[in-house]
Amino acid sequence: MIALLTRDLRLALRAGGGFGLGLAFFLILAVLVPLGVGPEPATLALIAPGILWVGALLACLLSLDRIFALDFEDGSLDLLATAPVPLEAVVTIKALAHWLTTGLPLVLISPVLGLLLFLPAEAYLWLILSLLLGTPALSVIGTFGAALTVGLKRGGLLMSLLVLPLYIPTLVFGAEVVSRGAQGLAVNTPLALLAGITAGAVALLPFASAHVLRINLR
Amino acid sequence: MLTVRGLACARGGLPLLEGVSFALETGRALVLRGPNGCGKTTLLRTVAGLQPALAGEISAAPDSIAYAAHADGIKGTLSVRENLAFWAAIYGTRGIEMALEQMNLRALEDRAAQNLSAGQKRRLGLARLIVTGRPVWVLDEPTVSLDVASVALFGAVVRAHLEKGGMALIATHIDLGLPEAEVLDLSPYKARLPDLGAGGFDEAFL
Repeated sequence: MIALLTRDLRLALRAGGGFGLGLAFFLILAVLVPLGVGPEPATLALIAPGILWVGALLACLLSLDRIFALDFEDGSLDLLATAPVPLEAVVTIKALAHWLTTGLPLVLISPVLGLLLFLPAEAYLWLILSLLLGTPALSVIGTFGAALTVGLKRGGLLMSLLVLPLYIPTLVFGAEVVSRGAQGLAVNTPLALLAGITAGAVALLPFASAHVLRINLR
Repeated sequence: MLTVRGLACARGGLPLLEGVSFALETGRALVLRGPNGCGKTTLLRTVAGLQPALAGEISAAPDSIAYAAHADGIKGTLSVRENLAFWAAIYGTRGIEMALEQMNLRALEDRAAQNLSAGQKRRLGLARLIVTGRPVWVLDEPTVSLDVASVALFGAVVRAHLEKGGMALIATHIDLGLPEAEVLDLSPYKARLPDLGAGGFDEAFL
């Protein structure tokens, strides 16, 4: 298990692994929005929570099709499926590796980008916390989408269409946490719902992903 | 010990083979032959457990099969040693030294796999089999892109595996230099097309 995690991390970090892809996209988005919307702090502060969450979500989406596609192309997915590791664990580890290489860097860079968008000071804690709670769900749901479309030529578009609706609850509650936090309101309800979505996705989706992977490998 | 009885398998919903039966004893090898598209790969994938059989049964000791497909499952950015160490960790074995030695990869161990030639990659893929430590090797065209010397090397590795009590099920078109291996021609087992009798038309759309 740990071997699979370290292999995936190593592959992501070496040349051509696509580690910086989501991060670069997130950065570009946060730099371009003030240029497009205009530099008024009041406007930017109002839309910052939503922009940051949409950016994190799209950055996650960008790297999803690599989760299984590369392993499928070079045959190692077949070999992993016949290896003495449960496919559910393989899927979970893949999602974890995706989160560590995409979700976690997004969480860490988000305060810097919040600065670019005039995010109110009291919202930073909630931004980091909501992304920390929400991005694992993005990775796990995305792994499910990647498992559904593995083996399809140019499956990225179909995968985006399948995954985006499933991302909406996380986006709504995640952005809600930040914008309520920015206004100094209570954030308990959206935070609890966000955590609930993540917990449910992490608990249930690996089984579904492993099952569709088995069907797709036939 | 691997026993296959009355096996039928399908590719893309189309039955390819039916009534295939064979038994593989300890220390024996079975070579599958047949024209392209006759179902060799499908049979091997079924035996390896990647797809369900339409009919028949496959009995083998649990966790005894190591499968090697057309693709080697090699990561180009990892070195030869890292590739093998990964599979050793997955299969919970150690001793990739022996595999490097036997497949003549010692000189290449620190090279990134993407810089290997096709034949060297194939040798790395086969070294993975030694690393798995599994008794039953299920091999799909193992000698593609190997030169004459490497085919002989591979034959020797398979023979050493058989002498240690292993088994091998190999689909190939060429002579592996294993005269003791039995040969099974799959052409007589070609599946007849399913009978589209009463109700068959509707079922085709279900």
